[in-house]
Amino acid sequence: MKKIIKYVIIDILRNKIMIAYTVFLLVLSFSIFSLEDNSAKGLLGLLNIILIIVPLVSIIFSTIYVYNSAEFIELLVSQPLKRKTIWMSLFTGLSSSMVLAFLIGTGIPVLIYQPDITGFMMIIIGVLLSVIFVAIAMLATVKTRDKAKGIGIAILLWLYFSLLFDGFVLFLVFQFSDYPVEKLMVTVSMFNPLDLARIMILLKMDVSALMGYTGAVFKDFFGTEIGMGLSFTVLLLWTIVPVWFSIRKFNTKDL
Amino acid sequence: MLLCEAKTITVGVSKKCSTIQQALLLASKGDSIVVSSGNYHEKNMIVKKQITLIGIDYPVLDGEYKYEIISIKASGTIIQGFKIIRSGISSMEDFAGIKIYECRDVIIRNNILENTFFGIYTQYGTNCTIEKNKLTASNSEEQQSGNGIHCWKSDSMRIIGNTITGHRDGIYFEFVTNSVIWRNDSEKNLRYGLHFMFSSNDSYIGNIFKNNGAGVSVMFSHDVKMIHNYFEENWGDGSYGILLKEISDGYIENNRFVKNTVGIYLEGTSRIKMSANVFEKNGWAMKIQASCMDITVTGNNFINNTFDMATNGSLVLNTFNGNYWDKYEGYDLNKDHIGDVPYRPVSMYSVIIEKNPPAMMLFRSFMTTLLDKTEKVLPSITPENFKDAFPLMKPLSL
Repeated sequence: MKKIIKYVIIDILRNKIMIAYTVFLLVLSFSIFSLEDNSAKGLLGLLNIILIIVPLVSIIFSTIYVYNSAEFIELLVSQPLKRKTIWMSLFTGLSSSMVLAFLIGTGIPVLIYQPDITGFMMIIIGVLLSVIFVAIAMLATVKTRDKAKGIGIAILLWLYFSLLFDGFVLFLVFQFSDYPVEKLMVTVSMFNPLDLARIMILLKMDVSALMGYTGAVFKDFFGTEIGMGLSFTVLLLWTIVPVWFSIRKFNTKDL
Repeated sequence: MLLCEAKTITVGVSKKCSTIQQALLLASKGDSIVVSSGNYHEKNMIVKKQITLIGIDYPVLDGEYKYEIISIKASGTIIQGFKIIRSGISSMEDFAGIKIYECRDVIIRNNILENTFFGIYTQYGTNCTIEKNKLTASNSEEQQSGNGIHCWKSDSMRIIGNTITGHRDGIYFEFVTNSVIWRNDSEKNLRYGLHFMFSSNDSYIGNIFKNNGAGVSVMFSHDVKMIHNYFEENWGDGSYGILLKEISDGYIENNRFVKNTVGIYLEGTSRIKMSANVFEKNGWAMKIQASCMDITVTGNNFINNTFDMATNGSLVLNTFNGNYWDKYEGYDLNKDHIGDVPYRPVSMYSVIIEKNPPAMMLFRSFMTTLLDKTEKVLPSITPENFKDAFPLMKPLSL
């Protein structure tokens, strides 16, 4: 397994797109921090990177990479190796290189300009989101054989998590505005890793506004140690569940 | 002639008088009573003659949670240097550490009050000075706790340099006129740091109001001047840096509002001038209801607030010109340091949240950012006239 992970990582790290992604994050993060006159506004720009660009690159790059290594996977399958091992090494390789790119590209600037609790929270959330979207991409690729269709699904999934889901929630909030839906909102946020990630960062960033009535409901839940623990568990589940389903599918898949 | 007759009575264990009550009986108008350090269980001391009562090394006056400790009923009384603890607690009577009844020119200075129900209480007082006292209470229930400095139907009061923590309201003013509250420090009180009702022509200057249950509230008054105060960390729903309700003709200048849930909340307020204030890291810098008119907000800095402004209607009878807003994204072609396009401080999402609070969950998501940007280009639900026509490009040095 270690050997396959090593090959995957080396292969990805040599990939020009990966290097471009790292450099892009690095330049963007540094320019955001040095252009803005206060670092809080810089963090806001960074929040958008973490919530939009990181998931997008993670999901699309992983999808394309898995499709492109179809022959490599076939070769590995013909060897005396467990399919689970092959798939897990692929996942581990992909996610660790995405995490590495993120840590270099965004982690370093954050540690330089904003080495406080908000900054650390952003780094942790960014790392988790990278891994989660690699996992979702793995599930999307194993479910579809056609490359174009697979990439399409990956893009749609990203669109769903970052835009459509929130639109749907906003619609619900307005429809049920006569009812106390605050607690329901907490539950609903669990169904979208991006929402959960955003709320966890908001709790560190906009704490004054969140102390208002509704905000207090979120703060009472997510701000406590149990809520914090639960949120991280749910984010981990967002990694484990897609990977587990994709392994099951891959085990029986006709290559 | 009178001055020569004034004498000094000392109170202490091995002195002529062993209790203050005894000394109060012996003393005549204009005398001084000097109390040495020690514990005094004197029940309720009533000062009926004009006396100067001085404590050496903070003698402790203990009310054993049963009595009002000092009641002042003579004008010109001076009380200083005592440690006054454990006054009675009652829901029928307003027991206080020191209470001034219908007299004038009283000075209460340099005392320490601990666990008193009301701290220093004035009713029908005129021209009194309450200065450099330190008041601490530790009850957690509002009913079990009175106000730190409580003034009722008084005039020309000076409340200067006191420190008040743990009371219900730090400083409470009701029907108090022509008074000044200067350089006090009111922190961690259960309800308001400062509570103003029906009190006109007053000023509060250079005070610190921090971490109080509901911030500061100023209601039903006119001609109140609020200058150089700090309003910090007043967190919670219904907690405001300042709550202004039915206020007219006032000034709010050179104050700092930092990390409050709402910096200033205005309702039914008119003719207020706000300038040279700094709003920093608040949830909402200002919530200004449509019932306000002729509010002038000019020359303030708005920095790092989650929302700059929120309102509840489309009627705008106030002006917001010439402020610095860190969220302003306009340009300045003629380099006069004034932005060429107006800034709209009410963002679309603050309107949505005002109508529908649970939508806060989606704040700062990609979609709401898109909505905000669209609204900036094509204003539809934010009030049309709610704008700063001359936003500053650089923050003012305040």
